[in-house]
Amino acid sequence: MSMPFYVAPEQVMKDRADYARKGIARGRALIAVRYDEGILIVAENPSNTLRKVSEIYDRIAFAGVGRYSEFEQLRIAGVRHADLKGYSFSREDVDARGLANAYAQILNQVFTHEIKPLEVEILVAEVGSPDGGSTDQLFHILYDGTVMDEDHYSVLGGEADAITERIEATWRDGMNLGEGITVAVAALSGEERALSADDLEVAILSRTLERRAFRRIEGDELAALAPVAEEPAAPAAE
Amino acid sequence: MTLPIFSASDDPGPSFAELLRRTGGATPVPEIDSKDRLEITHGTTVVAVRYVDGVVMAGDRRATSGNLISHRTMDKVYAADRHSGVAIAGAAGPAMDMVKLFQLQLEHYEKVEGSELSLEGKANQLSGMVRSNLPAAMQGLVVVPLFAGYDTRRKQGRLFQYDVTGGRYEETNFATTGSGSLHAGTVIKLGYRDTLNREETIDLAISALFNAADEDSATGGPDLVRGIYPTMATITDRGFEKVTEPEIAERFRLLVDRLSTTESTTTSGTAPTLRGGDVR
Repeated sequence: MSMPFYVAPEQVMKDRADYARKGIARGRALIAVRYDEGILIVAENPSNTLRKVSEIYDRIAFAGVGRYSEFEQLRIAGVRHADLKGYSFSREDVDARGLANAYAQILNQVFTHEIKPLEVEILVAEVGSPDGGSTDQLFHILYDGTVMDEDHYSVLGGEADAITERIEATWRDGMNLGEGITVAVAALSGEERALSADDLEVAILSRTLERRAFRRIEGDELAALAPVAEEPAAPAAE
Repeated sequence: MTLPIFSASDDPGPSFAELLRRTGGATPVPEIDSKDRLEITHGTTVVAVRYVDGVVMAGDRRATSGNLISHRTMDKVYAADRHSGVAIAGAAGPAMDMVKLFQLQLEHYEKVEGSELSLEGKANQLSGMVRSNLPAAMQGLVVVPLFAGYDTRRKQGRLFQYDVTGGRYEETNFATTGSGSLHAGTVIKLGYRDTLNREETIDLAISALFNAADEDSATGGPDLVRGIYPTMATITDRGFEKVTEPEIAERFRLLVDRLSTTESTTTSGTAPTLRGGDVR
């Protein structure tokens, strides 16, 4: 049996983190903000069929950036986790915190034990109940299983720092849906680019809906709410 | 609870029942005939009638254990999802569990796959569930549901009835199941027309349940003292909507008024002689 070369654990972890970060940075970003009726999630996603944002349970949504096949697998695992939990206990017992912790465990385990870390960053959002019994929650989970509990907004993916700076300046409490979309899209696009409705995937978790709070905003509804690009998007703006 | 993650070759797909089996949560089948040991609570008569805009589903409220009335306010008509409903008859416990699983299965599929099942697909799912209940049915835990929905692709209401083995039969006009189904079915059969509107269909279903309760002791009629009436729902392009209790109560009042003024229910001539029956 040959002895493997010794590599310092710090180096292993650093290499893995760099690898994951690089993969995530290649994808487009996503932003979640709280607005007056709940939580709004806006992703830059030119595809109409491959989703980055989706429903997990009655009041819980999932969003992921990075490698699609990997966060899709996590999404389905989340749906299974939530449905199993709701079936064996009660629908009220399914919450975002438990799910976020389960995700964190898996991500952490893969990060430390597998050859390749998952190149994803995910968001688990839960909208509070209409009677005020619970509050809105945003859990931002990194590729290594780090969980961050965020208050008003959450930014995932590539240029997260720049986007966070922009949303920090413009976010305020009690925005309506239209204002929320305007602010979120402006933060995602920055000043140099313009994003139109075709480039966006938008969904909300709304307190005003009945049992299932998740709803996609698409088609004409999105076109009416999304800011109109002032000039036609420059060709080949890759 | 840990996150249920499967390898690609071992994935249970969008089936919740399969997922439940993998994770060890499926209900075990009883090994002995439960009829010999205990009285099982049974739910009874439910009906579904198609009309121009969709389907009306209705069910009585009684649950019985042998000769006893074990529950007076059982609800047997449930929304399966936005555009379909399921009504149950048979062993109450397994039936309610089947409904819960069925509702969850439709939602689970929709979330995992990102699109809804077709109405036909939903009917087949339920068929599979009834079939997988067959071993329990052989032990006395029979569940026979009705399934109805608004087919958003064909733009019409459709209804399905089942047998114990999971056999699925699509009916064109109406379907009934449960102990009073024979009487309820006859009433609907005689009163059915292609042009029924919502109110007429509700009246027909009410009359069917009333007559079923009149002939079958396990079917509950309207309980005017406690204010308990059958539950009803309409399924149209607007989705599954419960008919409100005041509306049902009003419809029943009209039926009772009508019946008490017609001659058909008054006993005339000499007192009827006792003919056989279960006189105890």
